[in-house]
Amino acid sequence: MRPLQRKLLRDLWRLKAQVLTIALVVASGVGGFIGSLSTHASLVSLRDAYYDSARFGHVFVAARRAPQRLEAAIRAIPGVVDVETTIAGNVMVTLPDTVESMTGRVVALPERGTPRINRVFLRSGRWLEPDDAHGVLVNEAFARARHLEPGSRVTLLVNGRFESLEVRGVALSPEYVFAAAHGGFADDTRFGVFWLSHAKLAAAYDMEGAFNSAALRLARGASVPRVIAALDRLLAAYGSRGTYAREDQPSNRALSQEIGEQQVFGTVLPAVFLAVAIFLLNVLLARHIATERLQIAALKALGYANRSIGLHYLALSLVIVGLGTLIGLGVGALLGQWMTQLYTGYFFFPVHAWHVEPWILAVAIGVAVLGAVGAAAGAVRAVVRLPPAEAMHPPAPAHFRRTLLERLHLGRLLPDEARMILRELERRKLRTALTVVGVASSVAIVIAGTWWGDAFDRLIDIELHRRERADVIVALTEAETPAALHAAARLPGVLAAEGSRDVPVRLRNGPYQYRTNVTGLAADARLRPMLDADLKPLLLVEGALLLTDRLARRLHVRPGDALWVEPLEGTGQPRLVPVALETGDLMGMRAYMTRRDAAALAGDSDNVNGIRLRIDRNRLGEFYERARSIPVFASIGDKVLMVRHFRATSRRNLLVFTGVLSAFAACIAVGVVYNSARIALAEHAWELASLRVLGFTRGEVSWILLGQVGLQILVAIPIGCLLGYGLAALLAELIHGEEFRIPLVILPRTYAFAILVMLGAALASAAIVRRRIDRLNLVAALKTRE
Amino acid sequence: MSGWAILPVDGAAHARGRRTATEIRVTAEPVFVARELRKIYRAGEVEVHALRGVSFEICRSEFVVLLGPSGSGKSTLLNILGGLDTASSGEVRWRNHDLVHATEQELTRYRREHVGFVFQFYNLIPSLTARENVELVTDLVPRAMRPEEALGLVGLEGRLDHFPAQLSGGEQQRVAIARAIAKRPECLLCDEPTGALDIDTGRLVLEAIGRVNRELGTTTLVITHNAVISRMADRIMRLADGRIAEISVNPEKLAPAELHW
Ligand SMILES: Nc1ncnc2c1ncn2[C@@H]1O[C@H](COP(=O)(O)OP(=O)(O)O)[C@@H](O)[C@H]1O
Ligand SMILES: [Mg+2]
Repeated sequence: MRPLQRKLLRDLWRLKAQVLTIALVVASGVGGFIGSLSTHASLVSLRDAYYDSARFGHVFVAARRAPQRLEAAIRAIPGVVDVETTIAGNVMVTLPDTVESMTGRVVALPERGTPRINRVFLRSGRWLEPDDAHGVLVNEAFARARHLEPGSRVTLLVNGRFESLEVRGVALSPEYVFAAAHGGFADDTRFGVFWLSHAKLAAAYDMEGAFNSAALRLARGASVPRVIAALDRLLAAYGSRGTYAREDQPSNRALSQEIGEQQVFGTVLPAVFLAVAIFLLNVLLARHIATERLQIAALKALGYANRSIGLHYLALSLVIVGLGTLIGLGVGALLGQWMTQLYTGYFFFPVHAWHVEPWILAVAIGVAVLGAVGAAAGAVRAVVRLPPAEAMHPPAPAHFRRTLLERLHLGRLLPDEARMILRELERRKLRTALTVVGVASSVAIVIAGTWWGDAFDRLIDIELHRRERADVIVALTEAETPAALHAAARLPGVLAAEGSRDVPVRLRNGPYQYRTNVTGLAADARLRPMLDADLKPLLLVEGALLLTDRLARRLHVRPGDALWVEPLEGTGQPRLVPVALETGDLMGMRAYMTRRDAAALAGDSDNVNGIRLRIDRNRLGEFYERARSIPVFASIGDKVLMVRHFRATSRRNLLVFTGVLSAFAACIAVGVVYNSARIALAEHAWELASLRVLGFTRGEVSWILLGQVGLQILVAIPIGCLLGYGLAALLAELIHGEEFRIPLVILPRTYAFAILVMLGAALASAAIVRRRIDRLNLVAALKTRE
Repeated sequence: MSGWAILPVDGAAHARGRRTATEIRVTAEPVFVARELRKIYRAGEVEVHALRGVSFEICRSEFVVLLGPSGSGKSTLLNILGGLDTASSGEVRWRNHDLVHATEQELTRYRREHVGFVFQFYNLIPSLTARENVELVTDLVPRAMRPEEALGLVGLEGRLDHFPAQLSGGEQQRVAIARAIAKRPECLLCDEPTGALDIDTGRLVLEAIGRVNRELGTTTLVITHNAVISRMADRIMRLADGRIAEISVNPEKLAPAELHW
């Protein structure tokens, strides 16, 4: 081994604690990057493989009742490769010994086995026999949540008739990866998908020789908009409920949004980690080179070229980063496998193979190496600039000057130790600044990992308490006259009832269009008030639209502009409607009108298809008892259960996320604090030893050193809180999908938690350094003048 | 020593009329030649004239001691001769190498191939053992001694695997000398090699330097504050305020053991 290589190894060993802490920060970045991106890539390819093997549709269409012969016409649309029609509907679900109301979707299965499009995978049990009128297949998520297995019984309210059925099998479908009631949260425990025999459903919905739902597969390169336009024309006469592409398919949309988040987390946070690691390395190397000035000059004097000495220090940086990268590769692989498994379980993908694409590894390694080079660049430059004649000089005493405080004549107020601390910090302005930034970033990262809880609480508060004041939301199977509303109001326990009218529409502004529901409400709706982004009430006026602000932006309209509103259901005509105001809904992209306007769009006068109820919670059981048997009630949504479920699922995901990030951030905190304390100790060993010889106690000496570190942390904490706020804002901005916006709310408890994590890491580091100070060998320290 | 030559010397020393030397004998083959050498350091507004026109020749195998008060320019001169620094004006050559106009790379090559340095503060690499510190140099050049041999020359054959922190100051300095001579340099430049050492240790170090000069025929320049050391030298060059005050020939060269402090 060459002597310089040996020196490298021994230096690494001597600096091992610092090397390891920095390597761990690098590992956090690399691991987070590889973990998140490989999870993302794995989920994307698992999803695509699943979609492929299940022959998931490219275009979907729903109609009130279309004759079977239309299938041939659909098949003839250019670009359509295959079409499959079926019958589907929304149902109420009752399980033995379960009081709460659940909803579900029933889908007709072909005579034998699985559909050709949107193939159903049987996970356990068996398929339905062609004439099985009492059997049903249940989706796996619901089956798990409700402990259903072949042989269990369920009761479905199908089109006004109770059907008592026996579970024959448990199945998966690509159409219901995210099973969700229309417009609600995905809630596996309260929404099930049920496959029944075609004959059975055809009879129940009176659909012999007809269908109300179809899925299409298109040829590669076929124009989706053109196919959709052709379908709309074909089905217009049969009560089309709209046609949508795979991108807009609800389950796929939610799935893709969730998968997409991985990419944001996988890039933003690792970038922060890497930046911190580079900073730490940079400081370590600068300090290392400062202590080795004379050695470097001597090497130059002995005839070593700049290049070989520069490479020596670059190698130090590369080894540290390389070690971190290596650990990061392992951490990333574990994290990726773990998260992929977590998510595939959550999505009920039939297979869950994790894989990592070579480009992800290449980018991780490449960025880490660049970082190492970047961190070493300053140090190497200093090496090159160092004149070899320096080797002949004795080490020069550092330049000090009176600190700002002293220049302001406040110095006398400070004790000696404090003056020493301040002078030192001021002299090493850059390093002090960098340490502060490092500590601040770890505070920021903890905040970025934990604020989601605050945001979700706020989201629930705004969307499910302030905007949604009803206790129960009932969806009707069909639009009914207001008499249904009055009937609902007379149910036991009901304190107030308000009707609404949802009409599926396409909104169009020139080239921009979007499919959504227009919700028609009473102008003075109290159970569903219109609120703007600042929660100030808005007024619904006749003849005008209110849009969710995000939808307005998507459609490029502002209040005062007009939009074409095309009803996708009923007999109404498209009309040009002015946009009055924007609402600040955090979830969904919706349009609102008065109920009368919405009804007019659909072609009737003032019918309702949704009812909001306030209920005396003490009489809830009584209410359900009666409500469940009302045939026109397609589903009954209970807000309390909705909130509880939302909390539970978001908390489950959050805890994982918060835990991982806090651990990473603690690595950074320890890395920064420990390193800066160690560096300060190394630089001052001589001085501190001298002070000890002069009679200072260990405590006093420690205070001088740790005081420096403590002061930096104190300064860093508020900066970290600000940075955390910024990072949270960045994440919220990057992650907000079309479907929701995350409110930027960070509660004091989150700041407090971040600060505590930081202080914990700082105390741990300080304790280690304090032990070193206590064991400071006076003789050795006085001998090694650096 | 054979055939001494005449060396011109600057006027100041001449005027002071001490034993100077219009007729100083030097070996026939000058290896270092300096003419009107000047070095100006600029530190912001201030200019420091470290060398104000220095001319001399040093011959092969000569042992020259540089004396002079602190700040007189000794280190500056040694650094320029060793290729650690470049002159502001004038000429210096090592054989046919122009040291004034050389590039950084040429100077590195020159140091690597021809010069051995001994520093006042030893400048050993603390994380390398004595043997490895010497290897640093033997690794760089062909025809180098084995590290053990070089350390043997300075009497440290028993301390091969000790780290600098495990050696006394004198031992560290002797390692530095071994490191400097291991590549069999043509010239050995030492800046106050005994400055940080006590008398007896200093003597050991000087013995090592003298031995190298005698046995390997290495041209040797030693800076010192200690006039006694000069009795080991062939010639003594005194600097004062950036000029050569005097160059004198040592009538009888003493061995280090015979020196009295
Ligand atoms: N790097 C430098 N920058 C500025 N001035 C210097 C530098 N090195 C030496 N000097 C100045 O040059 C003069 C000669 O210094 P030096 O050669 O080190 O003297 P000596 O070795 O004889 O004590 C001194 O006045 C010193 O202050
Ligand atoms: Mg000097």
